[in-house]
Amino acid sequence: MEDKPYPIISEDECKGCGRCIAACPKKVLRSSGSVNNRGYIYAKYSGEGCTGCFICYYNCPEPYAVEVYRPDSEAD
Amino acid sequence: MIKRSTGLYENFTRKEGTATRATHYCAGCGHGIITKLIGEAMAELDMQNDSVFVGPVGCATFCYYYFDCGHISAPHGRASAVATGISRVLPDKPIIAYQGDGDLGAIGFNNAFQAANRGDNFALFFVNNALYAMTGGQMAPTTLPGQRTTTTPFGRDIVKTGYPLKVCEVFETLEAPVFIERVSVADTKRIMQAKKAIKKALKIQKEKKGFAFVEILSPCPNNMRDDPVKAAEAFTEIMEKTYPLGNFRDRSEKPAPTPESVPRRTERELTGGGREGITTKNDPSFRERKFKFSGFGGQGILSLGLVVAEAAVSEGRYVSWMPSYGPEQRGGSASCSVIVGGKEIGSPTIDDPDVLVAMNQPSLERFASSVKEGGVILFESSIRSDIGFPAGVKAIPFPASSIANENGVPKAGNTAFLGAMAGMGLLPFKEKDITDALAESLSARPQLIEPNMKVFEAAKKWVSDKEHSI
Repeated sequence: MEDKPYPIISEDECKGCGRCIAACPKKVLRSSGSVNNRGYIYAKYSGEGCTGCFICYYNCPEPYAVEVYRPDSEAD
Repeated sequence: MIKRSTGLYENFTRKEGTATRATHYCAGCGHGIITKLIGEAMAELDMQNDSVFVGPVGCATFCYYYFDCGHISAPHGRASAVATGISRVLPDKPIIAYQGDGDLGAIGFNNAFQAANRGDNFALFFVNNALYAMTGGQMAPTTLPGQRTTTTPFGRDIVKTGYPLKVCEVFETLEAPVFIERVSVADTKRIMQAKKAIKKALKIQKEKKGFAFVEILSPCPNNMRDDPVKAAEAFTEIMEKTYPLGNFRDRSEKPAPTPESVPRRTERELTGGGREGITTKNDPSFRERKFKFSGFGGQGILSLGLVVAEAAVSEGRYVSWMPSYGPEQRGGSASCSVIVGGKEIGSPTIDDPDVLVAMNQPSLERFASSVKEGGVILFESSIRSDIGFPAGVKAIPFPASSIANENGVPKAGNTAFLGAMAGMGLLPFKEKDITDALAESLSARPQLIEPNMKVFEAAKKWVSDKEHSI
């Protein structure tokens, strides 16, 4: 399987503000339509098209709601 | 690699409840983004172990839940003042303060402004959402003209409440700040610029190069009554006309300022008086004595206290001298408190003097009842004294002004009281130390020394003639 970047969204930490969805340049994030354990409708990755740009990470106000996996980074 | 938050605690265990991986901030709050940017920059600069973070009052009060470094919470508006203090105590450590616009712009403005003007060595992050968020969206100094808040329901009226406070622009008028920039976290492009500015300010602080200030425009969707995405968009539109983004100043390439060395002077050079080289000695057997000298301003009350204090110093006693006077240079009431002790003096204030000298009636009325049992009240005999003295206190009318007049120095009533106290044995010093201190106090007008000595002797003689020695 090809090693591609993808966002890791912690369902329970997401407060459903939508900043990541609006900011994603590839428009690959969307609202899940489901309510998490804390009562927020959390964001979800569509599963395809993430480029690992981290824009969702930086727009998210929650430290641990959005993380991004990127295979090619040298900065680890 | 996995891009994730750094510089913050893995679990926010100081926070109440079970959601210890989530902030207390509302959905879409700019504070969360700023928290991540500061944490990341601290981690990248490897400065967490050394840093002290000073938190504000407001929504960000709980920033100590998140930043993985040292922390102090300041009272409302005082983060800059507290950061100033810490930066003086820990001059080599990075100090970071974080304040909102209600906190910094209103009650704390002078603290922040003076810190900026002094160039105090800390990084200050100023989060501006143009209102008081935590308390329910009231008008702040930064609120825009016409902006509706819960306390300006029809919009901010600039005639009644002034104009939005542009803190970057105000600080830009000051000499000392090293770095001033205004950024925003309303969208990706702005967040990336904010990240740079925040890291720059922290780097300046890591290198201890001086005062670095970053204002961060940060939307508050809750109080804007809008969903976070729309609020962020509207926020840019509304705010940046009044608060344009950009760098105002960057002097970080210059070396940090160093204080100019100031030549030290001796006490004598500075004040034309005083004595040096006298060691104060602990003497538990010495009974502490409290003197209250009082009268009109201009009667030499404070000088009288200083002479007694100087005599005490020359004998190696601990001594405190504390003046109290009205706004008038002449004519108002003045008093001073002198405590002489054989050990360190706690408070220089006196509630129960052993000796009260009252050179006018208001002072006699005011202080007579406070004199300790067994104490002495020495007062100008020409004033009304039908006030009733406390039991167990010896009240002695003394013709200080007559004695001063008779010796040709009408203004030396204070010296007459000094002589009377010496004659009565109220001053536990050698007479030479008293007269030396008197001469020293007149060193700027040496022609007055001789006449004052005459007054001093005449007062002593009055005491011995009347047998008032106690």
